[in-house]
Amino acid sequence: MTRPAPATPARRPPARLGWLVPAVTVGGLLPVAVLILDALSGALGANPIQRATLQTGLLTLALLILSLACTPLRLLTGWTWPARIRKTLGLLGFGYAALHFLIYLFDHSFDLTLMTEDVLKRPFVTAGFTALLLLVPLALTSTPRAVKRLGFQRWTRLHQLSYVAVSLGALHYYWGVKKDHTPPLIYAAVIATLFLIRFLKRRPARPGTRAAKT
Amino acid sequence: FSRPDRPLGPYDTDEKVTSYQQATTYNNFYEFGTDKSDPARLARSLRPRPWTVRIDGEVRKPQTIDIDTLQSWFPLEDRIYRMRCVEGWSMVMPWLGFPLAGLIRRLEPTGKAKYVQFTALLDPKQFPGQKQQVLQWPYVEGLRLDEALHPLSFMAVGLHGRTLPGQNGAPLRLVVPWKYGFKNIKSIVRITLTEKQPQTTWALAAPQEYGFYANVNPAVPHPRWSQATERRIGELGRRKTLPFNGYADEVAGLYRGMDLRKNF
Repeated sequence: MTRPAPATPARRPPARLGWLVPAVTVGGLLPVAVLILDALSGALGANPIQRATLQTGLLTLALLILSLACTPLRLLTGWTWPARIRKTLGLLGFGYAALHFLIYLFDHSFDLTLMTEDVLKRPFVTAGFTALLLLVPLALTSTPRAVKRLGFQRWTRLHQLSYVAVSLGALHYYWGVKKDHTPPLIYAAVIATLFLIRFLKRRPARPGTRAAKT
Repeated sequence: FSRPDRPLGPYDTDEKVTSYQQATTYNNFYEFGTDKSDPARLARSLRPRPWTVRIDGEVRKPQTIDIDTLQSWFPLEDRIYRMRCVEGWSMVMPWLGFPLAGLIRRLEPTGKAKYVQFTALLDPKQFPGQKQQVLQWPYVEGLRLDEALHPLSFMAVGLHGRTLPGQNGAPLRLVVPWKYGFKNIKSIVRITLTEKQPQTTWALAAPQEYGFYANVNPAVPHPRWSQATERRIGELGRRKTLPFNGYADEVAGLYRGMDLRKNF
């Protein structure tokens, strides 16, 4: 009943794809550099804080979605390399979520009373804040040591929280938009599609099971 | 930055004026698109001349007037007003135009007139954003007659001493500085005096979020964010939002006896 575990330190990745994780890391961090350069050159426009908030929020969603797309992609294609960048993408997504939250705090002069009021009174903020909180234990248990300590089953269960987090993130985006809901709905549709692929790919009986039934 | 070379008038703010660059590149004007950079990028598709404004409803002199004729009726004045967007940012805008009261009096409202309804241009060729039904087009806004007759209510035809750019609502827009920015309807083609309260665009789109009055009020939060503070464009921090956007002394009397939490 257990499927082959994704790459653990025990199975060394083939050397020819050794550039993959560094490349994803560098590529994933490039938007931060662009954001800083844009901020310094005034390219973020008349309301740079708002623009930076929006961009880091979108990057969070995009990276979390890419991270969650790794398994469906492996299931559909049989490729193994997506599994190897899943963790990096997830951690990058968490990094952008933290940056998004820091910019929000800066925007509210690091006033924790204002923040608490926002989190408690405004569902749009509640959703985003909860998503961030859910990502914290996932980031903390992203090491091979944590997988070992928790045991793979429990680790997997815990990391299923990422589905909840990304869905709340999309809801946060949807509720935050003033009128044009098309972009958040596109994100939501992608997330739903990824869930569907997982669901469909998990249900059908594996060859052995079918043989046993007939 | 460029401040009209004259003493300040009774309705002018002495605050630092938002630069022309910022005032013309950061705009909410969904007729061009929902992104704040869309209006500046696409404004060339709007043709502000020739342009006529239809005046009808409860007036003794219904008519269709050419914008240049309409403008020639009044001496143009400068007004430096604060502008507070419902989204939590603000600017200081040096408008050029004429008081709305002068126009309305000239049209001679009948005894039935209680409200003024403004309608913006409907033309997806000039307003590419109207190809999407993001809002119900054309954009409609309105004021109670006494609000419209208040000396602060202004019709702008210029900004920073220049002709009003397309992205700021050429050739004719409303400016009501004590209300949230979405009341300031742009590119007006029709002014109708009515007996009933007009159905305004944002109030139709999300009635629980945007009311007919839309007076700037730090005590009444938007369902999704607080209205207690605002960011002045060009500054990083936030400042406190003032009741009626700082014009309470002038306009609070218009709403005496009204529950402003209900009539938001």
